[in-house]
Amino acid sequence: MSLAWLGVVPFLAYATAFLLLPAANVLIGAFQSNEGGYTLDNVRTLFDEPYRTAFKNSIEVSLVTALLGGIIGLLMAYSAIREGTPRWIRGGLTTFSGVAANFAGIPLAFAFIATFGILGVGTQAMTAVGFNPYDHGFSLFTKTGIEIVYLYFQIPLMILVIAPAIDGLRREWREAASSLGASSWQFWRHIGVPILLPSLLSAMVLLFGNAFAAYATAYGLTSGGVGLVPIQIGFFLSGDVFDNPHLGQALAFGMFVVLGLMMLAYIPLQRISSRWMK
Amino acid sequence: MAVVELKQLHRRFGEVVALAGIDLDIGTGEFVSLLGPSGCGKTTALRLVAGFDRPTSGRVVIDGQDVTDVPPNRRDIGMVFQAYSLFPNMTAVRNVEFGLRVRKQRGADRNRRALELLDLVGLAQAANRYPHQLSGGMQQRVALARALAIEPRLLLLDEPLSALDAKVRVQLREEIRRIQLELGITTIYVTHDQEEALSISDRVAVMSGGQIEQIGPPAEMYGSPATPFVAEFIGTMNRLLATVGDDGSIDYAGLRLRVDAARGLPRGERVLCLVRPETVEVVRANGLVAEGAMAGEVLSNTFLGSTSRLRVASESGERSITADISTAQGVDLVVGTKVVASFPPDSPRLLSLADEPMFPVPDPDSR
Repeated sequence: MSLAWLGVVPFLAYATAFLLLPAANVLIGAFQSNEGGYTLDNVRTLFDEPYRTAFKNSIEVSLVTALLGGIIGLLMAYSAIREGTPRWIRGGLTTFSGVAANFAGIPLAFAFIATFGILGVGTQAMTAVGFNPYDHGFSLFTKTGIEIVYLYFQIPLMILVIAPAIDGLRREWREAASSLGASSWQFWRHIGVPILLPSLLSAMVLLFGNAFAAYATAYGLTSGGVGLVPIQIGFFLSGDVFDNPHLGQALAFGMFVVLGLMMLAYIPLQRISSRWMK
Repeated sequence: MAVVELKQLHRRFGEVVALAGIDLDIGTGEFVSLLGPSGCGKTTALRLVAGFDRPTSGRVVIDGQDVTDVPPNRRDIGMVFQAYSLFPNMTAVRNVEFGLRVRKQRGADRNRRALELLDLVGLAQAANRYPHQLSGGMQQRVALARALAIEPRLLLLDEPLSALDAKVRVQLREEIRRIQLELGITTIYVTHDQEEALSISDRVAVMSGGQIEQIGPPAEMYGSPATPFVAEFIGTMNRLLATVGDDGSIDYAGLRLRVDAARGLPRGERVLCLVRPETVEVVRANGLVAEGAMAGEVLSNTFLGSTSRLRVASESGERSITADISTAQGVDLVVGTKVVASFPPDSPRLLSLADEPMFPVPDPDSR
């Protein structure tokens, strides 16, 4: 009998220790009271303020940045990869994306505050030409501000994830469609987008999860002023609020549920969009 | 069906000259193949006709209309690519329907037309299969049906059989020709396979270095190559570097050979004597070597089915010749057998090398 399977043992041990066991702990803890008994109170509390708003904000920020990041990233990746674009542009964009997709947390928050904060360099420059965005209702320290900052890593992540799929679009498909009389729009509508759709959906789910779980960037930017689920969990971890760790676990359980629902919605969509791949 | 005219087509890619001035007229319903090695410019020429690329200079005229600046989706040209051009997200019938769909034809009409064409290419039973469920040959049949569905005025085929195995290739090329004749559609076919080009074309254009070296019917291209390159490229050919001797003879490495085509040529002129292997006779040596025959021994004997290909070389190795003989005769002529090779004086063709310095031929008088 082959012993090749032994190669995955370290991974399984790792996943068990740092994913399965904590997840099981969260799942059980979410339904426990401080006294040790089982209860639904923690989960019920998620529907009360401020947690309900935190979930609403987190879902909204994740959806907006996944959709915008997905679309902008797709267009940028396509522009860089399409025929006729100089090779160095693709190389440069990919390298930048590799860095930017991992540039998050406090440094990213600081970079944006230093640039587009009330006294940021960019804000001052705009003020100098007569347009201070803060006088027109803009603030970096709001949900919209968080979304803008998140796009900084969401777009590059999308570029990295979708580039191989765009590479897979064969020139012959475009040319065949063209010789058959199709316009560029008709090519994208009937061929390009349907072929990319499975990859697009996968990438957007990834972007959603990426934004949904992000903590340090939002916290660094707003110091917790905008309620997001990870920030609420952070409060429990640091003991800032009521001494009820099980509520923190219930919040984490709520995150599992939201991500699980996303996956549930994604699976049939992916199946429909990729039925030609089976 | 269309009349196609390519007028002084040039295409440069930076410093590289892909097409160096192509002139070509194709008649209505004609099947013309562009034949040549990789990089000769044949695919570039086809892409210019299709509209996927723009010429550096020159014009493409179809049915009297200059289409050089017309985008490909308005040229009304069907095209079959090398491979993998079917839309993977559509079944075979949806692929065939696609051109009619973008032309806003009614669903029922286009479906009926698509099924008719799938039937024409023998794939009616595979209408609802996706490309990945079809073999390479089936995919190319669907691609052909798809290109024909829009009733194009011109059909372009860019090495459509190159990714298929030998048996399917032969079968499909005959089918392409049958359908082309049935529909009478003007067709340009690009290939590097000379057998393919010769077997299905009305005319073959051999290309090299971005130019057409020679164009003509297959028999003419095979029997009367106009340049050393064409002679080399079309069929197997013995190329004997020689000089013209006296009275209808040539000197090939010290051996005097009778060649009718040498009559009237100036003595001492350098020539390339082209001899088809099937015209060469090889017999077992019996001690006598007639004038104009070459004594030697069999270097190799390759079984090709009904014929065998023999390579015969003189003892010194200075002279050699390839002969295609019947396998029945070839059985006895194993490697090492002493033989005599000859060919009828009226069979070779001579090409003057007076202007071809790259073919150094020894001076017969210096021997």
